[in-house]
Amino acid sequence: MKRGRVAYAGAIHEAYPEGNDVRLADGRVRQEHEVVWLPPIEPGTIFALGLNYAEHAKELQFSSQEEPLVFLKGPGTVIGHRGVTRRPANVAFMHYECELAVVIGRIAKNVRREAAFDYVAGYTIANDYAIRDYLENYYRPNLRVKNRDGGTVLGPWFVDAKDVADVGQLELRTTVNGTLQQRGNTRDLVTDIPALIEYLSSFMTLAPGDIILTGTPEGVVNVNAGDEVVCEIDGLGRLVNVIASDADFGRV
Amino acid sequence: MFALADYLIHLEDEPLPRDVDAQQVLAMLSPGTKCRAPVTGAVYGTLLNDRAALLALGDTLHAAPYKAPPKAPILYLKPRNTLAGHRAHVEIPKEATGVEVGASLGIVFGRTATHVGIDHAFDYVAGYTIVADISVPHTSVYRPSVRFRARDKFCVIGPTVVAQRHVADPDNLAITVKIAGQPTFVASTASSVRSVAQLITDVTEFMTLSAGDVLTLGVPHGSPIAQAGDEATLAIGSWAPLCVSFVGEDDRDGEQP
Repeated sequence: MKRGRVAYAGAIHEAYPEGNDVRLADGRVRQEHEVVWLPPIEPGTIFALGLNYAEHAKELQFSSQEEPLVFLKGPGTVIGHRGVTRRPANVAFMHYECELAVVIGRIAKNVRREAAFDYVAGYTIANDYAIRDYLENYYRPNLRVKNRDGGTVLGPWFVDAKDVADVGQLELRTTVNGTLQQRGNTRDLVTDIPALIEYLSSFMTLAPGDIILTGTPEGVVNVNAGDEVVCEIDGLGRLVNVIASDADFGRV
Repeated sequence: MFALADYLIHLEDEPLPRDVDAQQVLAMLSPGTKCRAPVTGAVYGTLLNDRAALLALGDTLHAAPYKAPPKAPILYLKPRNTLAGHRAHVEIPKEATGVEVGASLGIVFGRTATHVGIDHAFDYVAGYTIVADISVPHTSVYRPSVRFRARDKFCVIGPTVVAQRHVADPDNLAITVKIAGQPTFVASTASSVRSVAQLITDVTEFMTLSAGDVLTLGVPHGSPIAQAGDEATLAIGSWAPLCVSFVGEDDRDGEQP
């Protein structure tokens, strides 16, 4: 089952796909652009993986790692499908990152990898923006790069785990203004989903609503104000985002 | 919107926090009462905001892997599994020889703060609290593992949120950490690289802080190390101090000897 969260006519609704349209829980069917898309779940702790696809790590000139490169993100950075992300004037390299997002469904502590999928509620698509101009070498990647308002796009749907046949064989694609720029497959994850859950739950308790952004494959390019960025993952849908300027946000 | 009149405190066995005066806080805490964290928003820690910490790094700031001194505020998350309250029992991980007890001023936000000008920074502050920002000691601050700072109960907060009107100058507050058998650790918010208002301005330039969120001013350099069996008492100014007990990883939480 696919579920979204949308704002429509003064309330927040659970919503479901109905052909190319959206059916609200109360039965109303509306076109996709008539509703405001919120992140499909209200996120708990957000984990993100750096350099978790071998080719992307090579692209950024990193060698092998001793343990997964995990960093944390706050709730304020998250926006939904068809949202708008600000690109500050005077930066040279802002890029999208299409990622498979894993949503935890049960309290998880000291989970072994063999049992890890029992703790997964489902999946969604993430576009985890970065502005490399702001990268500093303290607690990398620093939050000014990775935790900006509107810098983490989630959705459009939360997809139940049981509806994804093989999460280890999903293709990810990103297009910018219709041109394919990024392509990868979850089979190339350096640390796979069971290993990530085993690792994280070995030193902290995971809870329902926690989200693990599993990293991005190679193929990141700069985006500019006005660009439409679309991240797709097999079976999960198509996550749309538009880049906006400082002027759009009243910052001139 | 998050506002308080005096001191916000959330006793462990009560469903909601209370807003009480200083006398009542003392009376409520005197029998050894445990509390929950008085806030439930996101908690962001600030790193290297103590001039002494930068001084200690010295020339290494210019060498690999850092290559240059920090420019923007360096932040990290203390996720929800880390949050705990006054008199929490915190486990020392088996593989660690102790944990660092960083005592920081916590700035508690009262309203949505985005792109805040420095002259208006205090308009967004509801009050202040004590944050015991606990970490497994690590020397490199380049890309440290989250397991150093994100373990369960590694962020003890409280016992109260002190209303802003009771804090005349947040940039000149004494900080102490007492652990039996060690000399009292003494620091001050006055040694911060960024003041409270400057930090709010620089952080909200790129990320919004919401009502109930906490931003730490940053732990002082050279914070003390606690071992299993220790009890730490963290104090800021004359506020009710925050107590944290440390236990071995195999000890059951809350079990009395």
